[in-house]
Parts: sequence; C-alpha cells; structure tokens
Amino acid sequence: MDLSFSAEDNAFREEVRSYLAENLPKQISDAVRNGTEQTKEMAEEWHAILNRKGWLATTWGVEFGGPGWTPVQKHIFEEECCRAYAPRIVPFGLNMLGPVLQAFGSKEQQDYYLPRILDGTDWWCQGYSEPGAGSDLASLKTRAVRDGDEYVINGQKTWTTLGQHANKIFCLCRTDPEAKQQEGISFILVDLDTPGIEMRPIRLIEGGHEVNEVFFTDVRVPVTNLVGEENKGWTIAKFLLTHERTGIAGVGFSMQSLEEVKALARKIRRGGRPLIQDPLFAARIAQAEIDLEAMKITNLRMLFKAQQQGAPGPETSILKIKGTVIHQELKDLARRALGPVAAPFPGSITDGNIMFGPEGTSNNAARYFNNRKTSIFGGSNEIQRNILTKTMLEL
Amino acid sequence: MDFNLTEDRRMLQDSLTRYLGDKYPVDHRNKVAYALPCHDPAKWTEMAELGALFALAPEDAGGFGGTGFDLMVVFEALGRALNPEPMLGAAMASRLMTKAGADQEALLSGAMKYAVAVGEVEAPYELDQIACTATAKGDGHVLSGRKSSVYGGQAADVILVAAMLDGKPALFEVQASDAQIAGYPMMDGGGAAEVLLDDTPAKLLLADASDALSDALNAGALALCAEAVGVMEVTHDITLDYLRTRKQFGVPIGKFQVLQHRAVDMLTEIEQSRSITIKAASELEGPDASRFVSMAKNLIGRAARLVAEESIQMHGGIAMTWEYPVSHYAKRLVMLDAQLGDTDYHLSRVMAGLQAA
Repeated sequence: MDLSFSAEDNAFREEVRSYLAENLPKQISDAVRNGTEQTKEMAEEWHAILNRKGWLATTWGVEFGGPGWTPVQKHIFEEECCRAYAPRIVPFGLNMLGPVLQAFGSKEQQDYYLPRILDGTDWWCQGYSEPGAGSDLASLKTRAVRDGDEYVINGQKTWTTLGQHANKIFCLCRTDPEAKQQEGISFILVDLDTPGIEMRPIRLIEGGHEVNEVFFTDVRVPVTNLVGEENKGWTIAKFLLTHERTGIAGVGFSMQSLEEVKALARKIRRGGRPLIQDPLFAARIAQAEIDLEAMKITNLRMLFKAQQQGAPGPETSILKIKGTVIHQELKDLARRALGPVAAPFPGSITDGNIMFGPEGTSNNAARYFNNRKTSIFGGSNEIQRNILTKTMLEL
Repeated sequence: MDFNLTEDRRMLQDSLTRYLGDKYPVDHRNKVAYALPCHDPAKWTEMAELGALFALAPEDAGGFGGTGFDLMVVFEALGRALNPEPMLGAAMASRLMTKAGADQEALLSGAMKYAVAVGEVEAPYELDQIACTATAKGDGHVLSGRKSSVYGGQAADVILVAAMLDGKPALFEVQASDAQIAGYPMMDGGGAAEVLLDDTPAKLLLADASDALSDALNAGALALCAEAVGVMEVTHDITLDYLRTRKQFGVPIGKFQVLQHRAVDMLTEIEQSRSITIKAASELEGPDASRFVSMAKNLIGRAARLVAEESIQMHGGIAMTWEYPVSHYAKRLVMLDAQLGDTDYHLSRVMAGLQAA
C-alpha cells in the first residue's frame, strides 16, 4: 500500500504544470476562474495550443495521434488543468467520437474525420437524447430509412450541448423499428449543413444558452456515414458509456471549487467576523472537504484498478454519483457564502462603481443552478444506481 | 501508487480472518461479549500466537509492523468477525510504550493485557482538560482522579494512565490490582471500565506525554475506523443476501428499486470509508496525522450509522432480534462512533484547522 506517485509521474506532473504556466493564456484562465460563459473562440484557441503540443486527444491511441498516456498520467493532466483554470476540453469530437471511430470506424472514416477533429476543422455535437428518450435512451424514435445510397432521417434530438458551435452531429437513429429496442439502432454521422436540419436554442435554468434541440425533416445522408454495422449502434453507445470514464469523479473541479469556497469564506465578513469563523458555515466546508478527500482516494483506487485490469469497471458509477454530489455541494456553498449578495441577475449591475460581492463571484448563483445538471447528464445518478445494482450488488 | 497489501500483511490478514471465522464465530462471540470479562482468555493467547499483537509494534520495539497499514489490516479483520477482544487498548498502549522506550515484550506476546486511560467523565476525548493528578511520593508517584471509558480496562493487567504532572499531561503505568476498577460489558459487546485512582502508586513513563498521547489517540481512532470498515462490509453483505432471498409480494425484496438504490448508497459510503481509512493510515506517522484521522473518524461515524440503520430497516423485524447477527453488527457500528471522539468532535477538529489556516 503506497499512496505516493512514482518519480516518473511526479516528473510528468512538473512538466504539465510548467507547460500550463507558460502556455495557458491568461484571458482564458481568467474567464474560467470567473465562471463567465466560454466562447467558441476560447475553446478553439486552447484546443489548438494543446494540439501543437500533442496533448489534445488524451484518450486516443498513439497511432492516431494520442499521447500514449497511462490512466494515471491522464488523471494528473486533468488535475493540473483544473488547478491552472484551463477550460474543459470540449469532449464530443475528442473524447467521444474519436475513440468510437478508432474502435468501430472504417479506415476511410478514420483518415477523413480524425485529423479534422484534431485541427478543429470539425466541431462535433451529440444527438443522443430525445424528448421521449432520456434515461430510457433505447426507446429513441428518430428514424433513418435506407433509400438507395442514402439514409433519410426524421425526428428530433435534444440536450445537444454546444450544438450552436458545431458543424457536425453524431446521432443514434432507429434503422429497424421491428427489432428489439436495442437491436434496431444505428450510429450515423450527419453534416449540420444538410438541408432539413433546424437547431433551436434551449434556455437553461440560469438563463444561459448551452444546449439545443435539433429537428430533422427528410434529412438525406450518404450511407457511408454509418459507423460500424447497421443496427449495431447500441454497442457503440455502450462503448462510450464504459470508456468515457476518466475524470468522471470531477475531483479536479471539486478541488478547484473547494479552494474558491475557502478563499471566499475568509474574505467575506458577516456579523463582524470572517465567515469562516462562523461555526455552522465552517462545519459545512469541513464536511465537504472530508468527503472530497475520501473521493480523491476512491478515484485513485479505481484508477489503479483500471491500470491493472486495462479498463475501468462498473464500480466507476460510484465516482459519478458521489463526485457530482460533492461538486454540487461545493457550488451550493459558493452561493451561500455570498448570502443576499448572490441575488442580482448576472450582468444586471452595470454601474462599475457599485461593487457587489468579491470579484469573480457574480455568477455564483448561476453556477449553482447550472451545476444541478451534473447528476442528471451522462446517465443520471439514478441510472448509475441501477447499473451498480446489477453489476456490483447482483440483486 | 499501489493499493495492494504487501505479501506479509496479506498473510496476516488471511490467517487472522480464517482463525476468527473458524474459532470465533458470532454465536461464540455473543456468549463472550456481553458478560465480564467480555473476552476469551484462551482465544486471546491464540490470537497473540498468530502475531496479531506483534503486528502492532515496529521492529525496533520487538514487533513486526506498527504502521497505520498494519493497524488497518488487524482491525479490519477483527471488525469482520465482530471480535470483542481488548485489542484497542493493546494497540494504543503499544504505541505509547514505543514512544516511551518501554519494554513491551509482555504486551506483544499476549502474556499481559494493557489498557489506556486518557478520557474522563467531563472530558472524554480532550487531552487539554485532564483533571486526574499525579504527585511525587517517595521514589515514585501517586495518582488521584477518575478515568472513564477505559476500553479493555475490565480485563487489563496494566493500565497506562494520563495524569497532570507539573501542568503537563504525563504518562504513568498503574498495576490494575492497585486501582479500583469497575468493569462492565458494553451495549455493543466487549468491555470497558471506570478506573478510580486514590493515591494509587504509579510508575512514570513519560513526563511530557502530550505528543505521545495525541499519537496514541490517533492510532486508536484509526484502528476503530478500520474495524468499522470490516463491520460495515459484512453488514452490507448480510443485507444483500437477505435482499436476494427474502420474498414478499411474491418476489425477492431486492427486486424493489427503493431498496436497491439504498443498498447502492450504502456501498458508496463504505467505499468512501475505506478510502479515507487508507488515507489516514498512510498519514499516521506524518505531521497532519490528526487532521486525516479526524476526517476518517468523522466520515466513518456518518457512514457507520447509515449502514447500521439502513441494514436494520431493510431487514425489517428480524434485525431487531438478538438472535440475528445484524443486530449485533449494527450496535457496534453505532456505538463505536462515541469511542475516541465522535463525528462532531472530529468535525470540529477539521474545522479548527480550516479556521486557523
């Protein structure tokens, strides 16, 4: 039993840390720190910087341009990126479609799409959920009907994150309505410029535009855009679920949030003393810190196991459940710390002479509300419990 | 990074687990645990022969272990069997004697049983509020005062006592036969004692024992955390078995999602408990030992109560019976919180660290 990282891993951490210190543009890390909405330009700029270093596609095989990192190195990289307030890498092309094409795509698809993901030519978004198919994803209804060399797609996708920036979408479509639910689904790539597609913004709880709904009306797509075999799309969907699990605990983001909350509680004065001296508030921080400290080790234990066994197991659902709840608690504390000062709608105070709360906190209430999503998306925490019931508890 | 146990520790864990499973099953445990002396002297000797006590001390003190991970292995095995033997006192006493450079051959061989008396009625956990006093007398010292909740005190030959000497907590060795000892079985099995000292002769081991006592309390709390992890895992396993076999409304009750999700939440908290115990064990010799041990004891206090209460509830009436083992496991999980600092006490220690920084 030894919790320390190896000398090589520590050297790697130093390398990542100094690289980030030199190469992460300050206006980008400031935007992340202040929780302002990330622009498309910022994401593209950061992706391009990482790509020049060969550190953009961390989950890709070396033969496709990945850095060939171990799970522990990936973990270190993510932790250091959080520590430096680097933006989250937009995952849809890099961490979702990329690995899918490498595992299931044809040589032509790999040769065409993978370089375009790396150099930012394509911005992908995800067409999975539908209004009637959320947790029960396999009940999706969007139809793709074969017509000669084309599929004709009709239906509606929703919760399409950052679709407003995208030029392409990967979709799960029903190609065989007669088959058992999971067996009639195909994974199809669609160019968003194709006639018949309409994307509409969905305004979120805090007022932001992050997700969209996408309508497909007689959208004609070449059959060469099918990934893997027809009617085998569910296998790909499951592959994504089990492989897209690094960083699922969000430990780095929670560590970031914890430091913010501590700093805030020391800065803010209430009742004539720093908020951190209020025993009730300090107790809330302490308990969140304890849970996070345990989570860090739970995360490392599962990472260690994944490294030994070659792939993460179903127990990683524990990371999703507990990791999101801890992060949400910290976001709640960042909102609570402000008290009534958290109330102004972001951007509503335009008079620069009126300071309302410490710098960088005007979005704390918005961020709290926005982060309610984390226990819902990526397989809701209840779905994760169902997975654990079957796989770990065997009930 | 390596989360596997070393070969030596794995062997110790296996042999202790096998021994307790074969020779100390829960029905025997229940016969022993609730009546004085609350332990089985013959089994104590056999456990010592297996090396359970030698694992508590480092090599230069005559043992073959002594690290946080050694404590973890021994106490997790004890927890899995719900073992009532006075191992906590031995572990804490060994730590203190190592720091004091005292000979602990008799402790490690199992020949003599040791208990540690720090807490008092009005200061069960706090080192800075010890009221028991030491006075020089002749060549030695005498102690006066009352020590409370001395775990294993009901069966001890020797008691290590914290008492104030010249304004500082000092450590003394008291022969149990020289003190007035009121032993009792505890609600959850195993024994403890109130130790009454009235000009009781004592041998000084350490004049300024603050650091050594703090270390021993940390080690004791860590041991309790590891024990709780063992108890929780077994309790969860028994509950899962019950969910698979107990039928109501024509189906195993484990088919009901309302129970499935609660069983998952227990699993999650048990994994978190194991994680924080590993962390505390790895930090036991370091400068932040108190902080990480307090984190562990707080988290486990919460998790253990959840597992205890949920296991009883999900079983229904059967877990309310003396005969069914879960009742005894659940009692241990709830009651160990109050040993060596409860959830609130340890939370306040973590808070104090936050507020000071």
